[in-house]
This record gives sequence, C-alpha cells and structure tokens, in this order.
Amino acid sequence: MTILMTFIQKAIGQSISILFGATGEIITEKSGNLNLGIPGIMYMGGIAGLMAAFFYERASAAPIGFIGLLLSFAATLIVSALGGLLFCFLTVTLHANQNVVGLSLTTFGIGFGNFFGGSISKLAGGVGQISVATTASAYRADIPVLSKIPVIGDLLFSYGFLTYLSIIVALVIGRFLMHTRKGLNLRSVGEDPATADAAGINVTRYKYIATTVGAAIAGLGGLYFVMEYLGGTWTNNGFGDRGWLAIALVILALWKPLNAIWGSLLFGSLFILYIYTPGLTRATQELFKMLPYVITIVVLVITSKRDKLENQPPSSLGESYYREDR
Amino acid sequence: MDSEVAIRLQNVTKRFGDIIANDNVNLLVKKGEILSILGENGSGKTTLMNMLSGIYFPDHGDITVHGKKVTIRSPKDAFALGIGMIHQHFKLIDVLTAAENIILGLPGNESLDMKSIVAEINELVAKYGFDLDPEQKIYDMSVSQKQTVEIVKVLYRGAEILILDEPTAVLTPQETSKLFDVLRNMRKAGKSIIIITHKLNEVMELSDRVTVLRKGQYIGSVETSDASIDLLTEMMVGQKIDLEIDRTEPLPFVGRIEVKNITCRNRDGVAILKDVSFTSSAGEILGIAGIAGSGQKELLEAIAGLQEIESGEILYHSPEGETVTISDMKAADIRDLKISLAFVPEDRLGMGLVGSMDLTDNIMLRSYNEGKHFFANRKNPRKLATRIVEKLSVVTPSVDTPVRKLSGGNVQKILLGREIASSPNVLMVAYPVRGLDINSSYMIYNLLGDQKQKGASVICVGEDLDVLMALCDRIVVLSGGELTGIVDARTISKEAIGLLMTSSKKGGAQHAE
Repeated sequence: MTILMTFIQKAIGQSISILFGATGEIITEKSGNLNLGIPGIMYMGGIAGLMAAFFYERASAAPIGFIGLLLSFAATLIVSALGGLLFCFLTVTLHANQNVVGLSLTTFGIGFGNFFGGSISKLAGGVGQISVATTASAYRADIPVLSKIPVIGDLLFSYGFLTYLSIIVALVIGRFLMHTRKGLNLRSVGEDPATADAAGINVTRYKYIATTVGAAIAGLGGLYFVMEYLGGTWTNNGFGDRGWLAIALVILALWKPLNAIWGSLLFGSLFILYIYTPGLTRATQELFKMLPYVITIVVLVITSKRDKLENQPPSSLGESYYREDR
Repeated sequence: MDSEVAIRLQNVTKRFGDIIANDNVNLLVKKGEILSILGENGSGKTTLMNMLSGIYFPDHGDITVHGKKVTIRSPKDAFALGIGMIHQHFKLIDVLTAAENIILGLPGNESLDMKSIVAEINELVAKYGFDLDPEQKIYDMSVSQKQTVEIVKVLYRGAEILILDEPTAVLTPQETSKLFDVLRNMRKAGKSIIIITHKLNEVMELSDRVTVLRKGQYIGSVETSDASIDLLTEMMVGQKIDLEIDRTEPLPFVGRIEVKNITCRNRDGVAILKDVSFTSSAGEILGIAGIAGSGQKELLEAIAGLQEIESGEILYHSPEGETVTISDMKAADIRDLKISLAFVPEDRLGMGLVGSMDLTDNIMLRSYNEGKHFFANRKNPRKLATRIVEKLSVVTPSVDTPVRKLSGGNVQKILLGREIASSPNVLMVAYPVRGLDINSSYMIYNLLGDQKQKGASVICVGEDLDVLMALCDRIVVLSGGELTGIVDARTISKEAIGLLMTSSKKGGAQHAE
C-alpha cells in the first residue's frame, strides 16, 4: 500500500513537467507551428527560473520565499517566451524550415541550460552546490489543511502549486480551443491558413501569439523540474528527454489538452515503472524505459488508420504560410 | 442617381503586365435582380468580379455602390459594403462544422454559444430555402452542400450583393435547379445577384439581364427577355457560329473495349471504381457522365494501363478479330495497340505534354522509339506538328516554341491533335474542351465525330451534360465509382441522367477533385 502510494506520488511528480510541455506544444501546433524546440525551451525556462532565484537569494540577507517565487516564475515565462518568439521570427517571418529551426533551438536550449547551470554552480562553489532553499520551499509548499487528511491528503493535496497550475492550464487551454471564437480562429489557422486569411483572420499574429504563449507554458515544465522535483538545484542534462516525451504526448493526446492530463500520468508512471518493478537487471530496465515511446508508436499506428479527421494533426502543421501573390 | 442601382462600374481597367484583362468596362447591377456576366474563358469576367470583392484593385475607373463612390482594397472592405463572392474553389475548413466555418473570423461574444449561432443559421436557411445542417462537418459534405455553406456564409455576414463564379460547374441538374430556386428567393428578398457563367441556357433560364464581355472588352447588356441564344453567342464570340454538333448515326455495334467487373482502389484504400462493366463499340462516341471525382479519370486510366486494377478484367477486341486481355499489359504495350488516352487535367500541362519542350518534341514523345536509327528522326514529327498547327488553327509563333508559352486552348489542341494523328482504334479523351473558346470546342467535337466515322471507338468524359447529350451515342453514368446506367444519348432527358449521377447508395463523390 505504501509502495503504491509512493509510486503514484512519484508518477505525478514525473508527469507535471511533461504535461506543461505537452500543453504548450498543443497550443503551438494548433497554429500550424511544429515547435520541436520545446525540449530546449524547457531547459531554458528551468535555468532562467533557477538563476533568478539564485541571484535573489544571494543578494538578499533574509530572502522571502514568495518574492523568490515571483521572480523565478517571471524569469521562466520571459526567457521561454523569447525562445518561442525566436522560433516564430525564423519560421513565420523568415519562412525558415520548422524542423530545422526547432531542432537547432533544442540543441541551443540544452546548451544554454547547461552553460548557465555550470556558471552558477561555479559561483555557488562547485557542482551540486547550488541551493535556493527558500524559494524552493515556497514552490514545494503543499495545501495547508487538506494535505493533512490521511491517504487522500497525501494522494491529492501534497504537491506544490505548479502541479495544480499544470492541470488548470491544460483545462483552460482545452476550453479556449473548443469553446471560444479566438480558439476557433486559431484552429482554422492551423488547419488552413489561406482560408483563415480570407476570413479576415490575422494568420501571422495568431501564429506568433500561440507559439509564444505555448513556449512560456512549456518553460514552466522546466521550472517545475528544477524547483519542485529537484528542490532548487541543477544537474547538467538532468531534465533528460522529458521534453521529447512531452512532444510524444501531444500525439498520444490527439492534440487535446484534456487527454494530455491523463496521458501525462500514464507517461509519468511508465517513466519510473522500472524503479518499482522488482527483479530487473540493467538490461531489462532499459526495456522498461522504452515503454512511453512504444505506446506513442502504437498510438501513431492506430491513428494513422485515418478513422477520423478530428484525430489527425492540424493539416498545415509544419508548413510555412505564404500569402498567394495577388 | 437612380436609387435602385446597387453597383455601377465605370470605365474600369485592369492590366496584368502587358495584358489588359479589363479595358474600360462598364457594368450596372440593380437592386433585386439577377445579372449574368457572360463571356468565354479569358474574357475577364472573373477579374472584373475580383475587383468588386477586393482581391484586385482596378488601375483606373470608378466603382459606385448604392450611389456612393467607394474604394475596395481588401475582401474586408467588400464585406463592409455588403458584397460577398462565392469562388469556384471553396474556402472551407474540413474538420469544422458548417456553422463554425460560417462564423469564422467574425467578431462577437468571445465565448462561443453554438446553439444560438446554429439557430440563427437555421433561420437563414429556412428563409431562403437552403438544404443545410449547420452542425454537419465539411468533410462529410457533397460539393453542392459545400457550395451551400459558402453561400450561407456570405449571407450570414450580411451581404446584399452576391457574386457567384461559375456556380453550376460542379452541380448535377437537380442541384442546379435547387440552387436557382434559392437564388430566386434571394432576389425576392431584394438581394442583387451576379452570376459569372459561360452556359447560355442557364443565362436564359435564370437571369433578368445579361452583360457580355469579350477579350476584356465590354460588349453590351441586354434584357434576357429580349435575348436569344444566337444573339448572345454572337455577342460572346464576335461572329455568327453554328452551334449544332454534327452527329452521325453510329456504325453497327462491334465490341471494341470490354470492361468486365473492374474494381480499383486509390492510395488510401478507398474503392474508386466498384464492379464496373460495359462494352464500347467501334464507330460510336461513348460518353461518361458523373459528378467530378466519381471515378471517370480512374476508369480511363485503368483502360490505358495506368491504374492498378484490383479485380475484374479489360478485353480489347481488335478490328482484325483478335481478343487481347489488356488489363494485365503494360501501358506502353497498350499504346501500341492503338489505344490512346488524351486527358486534360485542370492545369492542362499536368499530363501528356512537357511544357519546356517545343511542339515538335512533344509530338515526338509519342513516336520517339519508332525509328531504326540511333538518332531520333525529327523530320516527320516536325511535319506532323506543322500539319496540326494548320489544321486546328493553333496560334503559335512557330513549331519550335516551347509549349508552355502557348495559351491553354492551343496546348490542348496540340495534345488532342497528336493523339488523333496516330489514328487510334480507341480514342479516350477527358474534358477535351476544358477552358476552350466556343469555336475551338466545336472544332474538337467535329474531330471526335470524324474519328467515330473512321471506325474508332471514342470514349469521352465530359463536364457539360448538354454537350455530352448532343455529341455522344451512348452515355455511361458513374456515381461514386459505381456504374448506375448506360443510356441512349438521343432519347434520355438531362434530368434522368442527373438522377443516375446521384443514385449511388453512398451518395456520390465526397472527394471531388
């Protein structure tokens, strides 16, 4: 029972970063932009938040957790949004190839994270010495009364606010896409920009805003990892390939944020399943680690059967839009 | 100024480079009338209307809407003036419902209340007598339903003046008459409607007045009640022409191509031809009718060996009395049997000719491996090219001009001329007069007639039912890949063919080209 409880808690811990990334990528892809830079942007968001908290706590004699939280939260949003903006400038304004730009952005973002992570490690006195304890504890603060309820409290209310925020953001984005005019306009931009253009929708503006907001949301996944999961420190490449799992989750969720919520739980569980499965050798562990990707491939196979057009990616995904010459 | 005037264009001119698309054109549309704009392809009809809908901007000239001089710089400006245009290529998003497409890009309550939007649309639908379910997805719709969505979309945006570009090109006769009823209802409600068309009988049936354009020039306007088909043709073409197709009696029935229960699938695994069987005869013109995308193209390609056949077989009975199964032969070998295919796709150059090669070389594409020498012989193809140019009055600087520099109609004449010159036993043509002027069209009809008299089995896929009925001896009707009837073109009515075109169990073509 306790093992199961720990497993669920740990699985949720794994899933939040992935959920932020997937939600950000969904809103981005709905505009027709395939931003493969999301894994890099999550690194950038994470290190930006950590740096803001680190310098605040260094400069202040008696740091207040809430201020550290605000500063790091804002830094994450700004830096990851800039990543999205860069992607847009290159692909929408300059019509560069989205795959190439996205992959370079990921390479860049990971380097960006490791470079600054290493730099502030040095300032802090060595590898693993970074500590933003005050800010991190603000991120880790659970819900006061409710978390004391036995079992349910541990299961549902023992997490920091980013956990709940990730679910709220997914729900809000899901509702925005399906039940608002702007959401409808955004979906039409991703499906057929020429038609959207003819209907008077500003395609460029929608692409820019969706991609930038999407990148900012994804960056929060990096912040969550650094602050709540690691407790306010940095290890190079520590975030691993969670960013790619987020992109895989977009496919598994069929471009619906609501599906991404349970999908992220599934991925989170599969991601750590090997730790909780007794009797695995090193080799069989690796097999278990493959599970999230195997599931994604299975989903791809199933959805590529073209059962329903609604389950397909946005039709113009990955394509640049040129207004026809008039 | 007359308050009844909805739109007035004065001396509107539009140039594209050296080409004058519209030269000092005048146009007047009254409130509550249906105006036809008649002209052949390339006469500047669509360009003129695109200036009203904000896609092009006139080089000079005045546009007056409801008595006020206006400047229309974008489709948005046109909408603000109550002008809405329904283009030939629909601008709809497949995965959205009709209602969602209709409200796309409109301002309004941020939170979408689809129920009340659907109710509003249903009101419009009931008012004008449309047949539309606002909650249906576009990808589930037929071509005519999609067109309805486009029209409702324009009305929902409050258009008082509707412009329809060749609206009947993709419709069956039944759908056409339904559309005309709706348009008449709109006229009753005081809307002005402009229809761009080249079909004379529709002009006569529907419109109140007709404005004729020819080669970018304004020729004149007449009340439909004072007009006749002959008069309009003369205005459109600039000379009197004979609109009768000279149809001779078919030769006695001798089976030439025998199609037996063939079924074909496209790349997605969807059956595009289902269990189709018929036999074409030597010395007849066999028409193939159907809504666009019902399997016409695939049928011809199957016979020509260009389409994989899943089941069934195709036999060829040669004039010498031999019978060959061509369904398991290669395309090149089928050509050697003098079975030729001339397919005119929408962009014309897509199949059969190479744009950057000159006339002679294109002729050689058909015969390059006939000679016995190592070097290809250009003499005979050149002679043939010259003959085609003369006989079909192809307008070209010389036979050494690259084909892509010629106008569409001339390119088509070369394609057909080349196929006919090989004196085929079976001549298959698809959309042979697509985009051609009237004179060239009739020239091609007569060429097909000649081939028939020479004993060729001519199979012709056409778009215009009136023409198919005047040209062919028998007509095979396809609906959603199924053969729904083989009828006698001399006795059948247009409505009866229309019914056959839609009588499939699954309701016609959903993936129109």
